[in-house]
Amino acid sequence: MLTILFDGIAYGMLLFILACGLTITLGLMNFINLAHGAFAMTGGYVTVVMMNRYGLSFYWCLPAAFFVSAALGAILERTLYRRLYQASHLDQVLFSVGLVFMAVAAADYVMGGQQQLIQLPPELSGRTEIIGIGIGRYRLFTIVVCAFLAMGLQLILSKTRFGSRLRAAVDDRRVAMGLGINVPVVFALTFAFGSGLAGLGGAMGAEILGLDPNFPLKFMIYFLIVVAVGGTSTVSGPFLAAILLGIADVAGKYYVPAIGPFVIYGLMILMLIVRPNGLFARGGAR
Amino acid sequence: MSVVADGSRALAPMPDDAARSQIRRRSRIRLYELVIWFLAVAAIIVLPSKMLILTEIAILALFAVSLDLVLGFAGIVSLGHTAFFGLGAYVAGLFARHYFAEPVAGLILAGAASGLLGFATSFLVLRGSDLTRLMTTLGIALMLGELANQMGWLTGGADGLSGFSLDPILGLFEFDLWGRNGYIYCLAVLFTSTMIARRIAYSPFGLSLKAIKTNPMRAAMVGVPARRRIIIVYTVAAVMAGFSGALLTQTTSFVSPDVLAFHRSADVLLVLVIGGTGYLYGGILGAIGFTLLRDWLSVVTPQYWMFWIGLLLIILVLVGRDRLAGWMQYLPGRLAQSRSSRS
Repeated sequence: MLTILFDGIAYGMLLFILACGLTITLGLMNFINLAHGAFAMTGGYVTVVMMNRYGLSFYWCLPAAFFVSAALGAILERTLYRRLYQASHLDQVLFSVGLVFMAVAAADYVMGGQQQLIQLPPELSGRTEIIGIGIGRYRLFTIVVCAFLAMGLQLILSKTRFGSRLRAAVDDRRVAMGLGINVPVVFALTFAFGSGLAGLGGAMGAEILGLDPNFPLKFMIYFLIVVAVGGTSTVSGPFLAAILLGIADVAGKYYVPAIGPFVIYGLMILMLIVRPNGLFARGGAR
Repeated sequence: MSVVADGSRALAPMPDDAARSQIRRRSRIRLYELVIWFLAVAAIIVLPSKMLILTEIAILALFAVSLDLVLGFAGIVSLGHTAFFGLGAYVAGLFARHYFAEPVAGLILAGAASGLLGFATSFLVLRGSDLTRLMTTLGIALMLGELANQMGWLTGGADGLSGFSLDPILGLFEFDLWGRNGYIYCLAVLFTSTMIARRIAYSPFGLSLKAIKTNPMRAAMVGVPARRRIIIVYTVAAVMAGFSGALLTQTTSFVSPDVLAFHRSADVLLVLVIGGTGYLYGGILGAIGFTLLRDWLSVVTPQYWMFWIGLLLIILVLVGRDRLAGWMQYLPGRLAQSRSSRS
């Protein structure tokens, strides 16, 4: 029971890291980006290639996954996404679905269609008994890393100058530009950072979530749920939503395997009916 | 008379007759429509060896026309339109297998089932923003897909539903080996459905839908009951999508969970974007273009055609969908006129 809870939290933390970039693009910049999972997949494959082909340590792969995905995000933002900020939602959906299709086929072409496996370092694999609860060490590692990342994000967003610029740009683009904030650069940096986080999440999740070319399609709905349920005004909203989703999914698959997925989708639809703007949405403004 | 006409009369005095004749003028049958249907019928004689792919095109076209009602007229971006397609396919398959193998009865039943689902879920698309709609429609399609996968005792699970064959259509026309009667049957359903959709689209009701799409606030102020109209058109579109799903089942005698997969919803969006939204025939032209393209791509790169489809989507969006649909301007006189008066 506690083990399920623990696994659920680890899973949820991972979902948060994967999805929090999407919170920004989708929630704050109002861009329906269904291709977010493609960045996560990039991070995952970077890790696989570096570890299995070049034998580098897992710990080096994580920052590498972050930077490669962030660079990819920055390039795509500057060349393609930027043109579509003002486009209709239909155009954004079509564009990002196209991107997903290309990513899926490209990953299939380059890496093959099979599940990719990575060999975790010995100190991270296996389980430890702590006060009678079996705890996977890698799960614990995930939780610790993700918790630090979440706290770091919260601090960056609320305490630093960049954070306040971003919030200003999101709240009122025109006024922010009038104050001399370079809004496109802020958005580009944020987009790249969000993509990088997704890449990091993909790298860490390769063990837990699995990694194959269909990754972006398989997890698209999960990312969307995190954003839709968590709302977009804070870091804590999506964080709580991701943890809840993680626990519900793990528990659902464990206790009622036959109807596991329905629990998630059903809850999501129910939630959207009751609170169309998210569970923890800030009233008014947006 | 229509609400729209009433509204415009309230603003500027306009005789009722003028509104009526305007609607009549808009709904006139145009030359290109006759050409399309003529070619579709002529294909029966001219291309007897291509019946199977033509059947596929007709089914996809019907599916796209139904999405056009939702997307092009009511402006609802749906990522889960295949829910209705898949439900129709499964209902038709199960009905033929367990009860009665006459196709038309199965078709009607499938349409009714999908319509029911459409009516029930239409209340969900009324709420919230585009994102909420995307997610609810996507969620419903995913749930149905999962259902089809899990209820193996009923649907055959991942292996799909097979082992049934269909009786002759109306007891008269047997599905032949070359798919000729199958094509005629699909074409007949496509024609009937398109004509119904056309009647809806060019009626005052259709005009009010366009008003809702363009500016919901203003439409509400003129007195258009947006909620009710969206529910109705969503239900009608669901019925048609159910028809197309049933046609697929009946012409192939097979249903797999693939009919509920996400890529089908994306494909039909692409079909509609290729052909252009908001004038019904976009679905048909798009279906022809898409099917030929996919056929060609899957010969050239069997495994990776998805890549090129994705690239096409991105290029379409970046170039601009409006410019693509602009080809209509180059058509002769009356057509171009009708086009410009429409926009």
